[in-house]
Amino acid sequence: MRIGSAHVWLVAFAAGLVFAQGAVAADAGNGQTAFMKYGCWQCHGTVGQGGVTGPKLAPDPIPLEAMSAFIRSSNRQMPPYREQVLPNEDLADIHAYLSSIPKPPDYKTIPILNN
Amino acid sequence: MARKESRPEVSRRKFLAGVAVAGAAASATTAKAATPGTTAADVKRLPSALPPTAHQIAAETGVPKDMPHLAGKPGSDFMVDVIKSLKIEYVYSNPASSFRGLHESLINYGKNSMPEFITCTHEENSVAMAHGYAKVTGRPQMVLCHGTVGLQHATMAIYNAWCDRAPVVVVGGNDLDAAKRPPGVPTFHSAQDINAIVRDFTKWDDTPVSLQHFAQSFVRAYKYASTPPYEPVAISLDAGIQDAPVDDPTLYIPRYTPSAPPHADLNALRETAKLLVNAEHPVIVADKMARTADGMKYLIELAELLQVPVVDNHGRMNFPNTHHLDGNAQLIRDADLILGLEVSDFWNTVNAYIDNGDEHGHGNRQSRLRPGNNTKLITISSVELLTKSNYQDFQRYQPVDIAMVGDAQASLPALIEAVRSAIPNDRKAAYEKRGEAYKKAHQQARERNKQAATLAWDASPISTARICAEVWAQIKGLDWSLNTMPGGMSGWPRRLWTMDKHYHHFGGSGGSGLGYDLPASVGVAHANKALGRFTVSLQRDGDFMYSPGAVWTAAHHQIPMLTVMHNNRGYHQEVMHVQRLSNRRNRVASLGNTSGPIGTSIEAPDVDYAGMAKSMGWWSAGPIKDPKELASTLKRAVEVVKSGQPALVDTWTQPR
Repeated sequence: MRIGSAHVWLVAFAAGLVFAQGAVAADAGNGQTAFMKYGCWQCHGTVGQGGVTGPKLAPDPIPLEAMSAFIRSSNRQMPPYREQVLPNEDLADIHAYLSSIPKPPDYKTIPILNN
Repeated sequence: MARKESRPEVSRRKFLAGVAVAGAAASATTAKAATPGTTAADVKRLPSALPPTAHQIAAETGVPKDMPHLAGKPGSDFMVDVIKSLKIEYVYSNPASSFRGLHESLINYGKNSMPEFITCTHEENSVAMAHGYAKVTGRPQMVLCHGTVGLQHATMAIYNAWCDRAPVVVVGGNDLDAAKRPPGVPTFHSAQDINAIVRDFTKWDDTPVSLQHFAQSFVRAYKYASTPPYEPVAISLDAGIQDAPVDDPTLYIPRYTPSAPPHADLNALRETAKLLVNAEHPVIVADKMARTADGMKYLIELAELLQVPVVDNHGRMNFPNTHHLDGNAQLIRDADLILGLEVSDFWNTVNAYIDNGDEHGHGNRQSRLRPGNNTKLITISSVELLTKSNYQDFQRYQPVDIAMVGDAQASLPALIEAVRSAIPNDRKAAYEKRGEAYKKAHQQARERNKQAATLAWDASPISTARICAEVWAQIKGLDWSLNTMPGGMSGWPRRLWTMDKHYHHFGGSGGSGLGYDLPASVGVAHANKALGRFTVSLQRDGDFMYSPGAVWTAAHHQIPMLTVMHNNRGYHQEVMHVQRLSNRRNRVASLGNTSGPIGTSIEAPDVDYAGMAKSMGWWSAGPIKDPKELASTLKRAVEVVKSGQPALVDTWTQPR
């Protein structure tokens, strides 16, 4: 998956994500690597499609600020990822990766889903 | 007293002793004849290894004297007569010396028919195959194994059958008489009480000490296994009885009479009917309920009478997924009445458990029910008839308002009649309105499922939705059965396929012991072969690796089935557990050289499942990583299976 860095910048800016080190230039490529490294794929699938173990994350992920708040403080089946485990920069990159995933086709255009 | 004092004309021990004596005599003769021919030149040419001794030469060339034949019919022939009287079709077995008498009688005296000997490569496979066969036919088959090491191999599969309420007759060979059994391995393989190891998870067991005792116990075991709640049973098979001659003219085979299933109390059913007809938001939860097609038929009838949604927990195929009353677990929250039918874990049906480390690391527990609803809880279940203490398959205790002990399927006709009698005329319009709402919701859910299936449609590894859609496209015109873990592949078969017959799915392993799916699928396919049904399994890779010899059994016995590998290259449940604990402890999970936490992946090297299957006689293909290759490959595989052979397609999949 590829994404323009400018687009990711806009997403991060719009989400109001400002970390201690200042605004972060999110990178979808790094985000894909981080998505695998931190085990996000285990429950949500490698392209964030979701499954019986975790909800869909992409396309159209929730805003970075909301995603960050949930990830840092989750008290559900999803374990919290604190900053010492998942740094803010990697979190922003993961969000950029999820934002880069294109919308799927309408199922009506896929013959075997219309039997 | 396991062994009769009156011995046959030639006992097993005397036979062995005879061989030894004959061999020794022959060896002396042979050695004497060979020695004069040896010259000095021969001696010089001798290699550094020592020449064979006279005994060794005799062992290679000597001919023992003709053995006297056993007088009369051996006890194991009578055992075959007993087994045949119950019309058992198959004996799933890995051969072992402790039942060699019965083995010989089965294939020679019994002509290897009714029952036929099915060669298995592991006792765990033997039991799981019988388990799968029974879930299709409802009939228990026989498993024959060593009573010690074989039964030890078999235990996990017996526990699965116990938790899943599947009938299996396990027979374990043993040699009780320490004064007469051979030393060494046969004694290692003997025990005082072989059934002790499975007593906690079998319905009944016995150690017959005579042929008549065997006949009574075997028929009793079959009867108990076949009476709901179905369960495995175990019979110890003593070597002495197998070899003993049938010298008792009064021996007889007891007649088998099936027992009627236990029925719920009629007054409690009438009370349930009154509550059901007046409830505003009733929900039926069905788990291991539909034993046969009638179970589904009755449940549809009951649901339609009142337009009550059914939440199918998939312990069996209880309710058609195409029916507008096919509901989901979210309905539990607003329910004002929940009727559970053979629900394995009623506590977990009405309570949620969150593995989040709360309560000192034990996780959070909270009711799923809306506060203030005063939801009435009612159960019909036969599980309370199984009173065992050690293993915790009875789950957490859940207080209910009405508890009925009985077989739910057998009790449904009476409940339906009670409901018909109790329906007030002024409620019928409300039922119709309720039904209309569920029709709309069901249609919307089907649409949502199809759209959700498009996510990751072209991804590699391949999405589980894509695989299930592609498999469905190939089998939808066939009369088919699916064997896979309920909820496996994120439940996509249930979400995309048309599943409206009780044999479209058979539930899971019961005890969640890995090593079930593959051999149980072979058992399912074995039963389906006679019924002309196409068997498909969505096979987890970790499960496959437990005992892949089941593949050989399917090829050897020409059992057609399509296995599609859910190859996510890991023990995925444990992948997530270790990740969760790492997070909870503020640590980054260590991956080593794999994609999952160390110890949870099946990578480096990747397993060649297609190669494994091919080596054991299957048609196979893969690993397939590009979803665009699925359709053509699956089409070829389906043709192979339709021709009567097993086929495996290895697919690299998303985790779930």
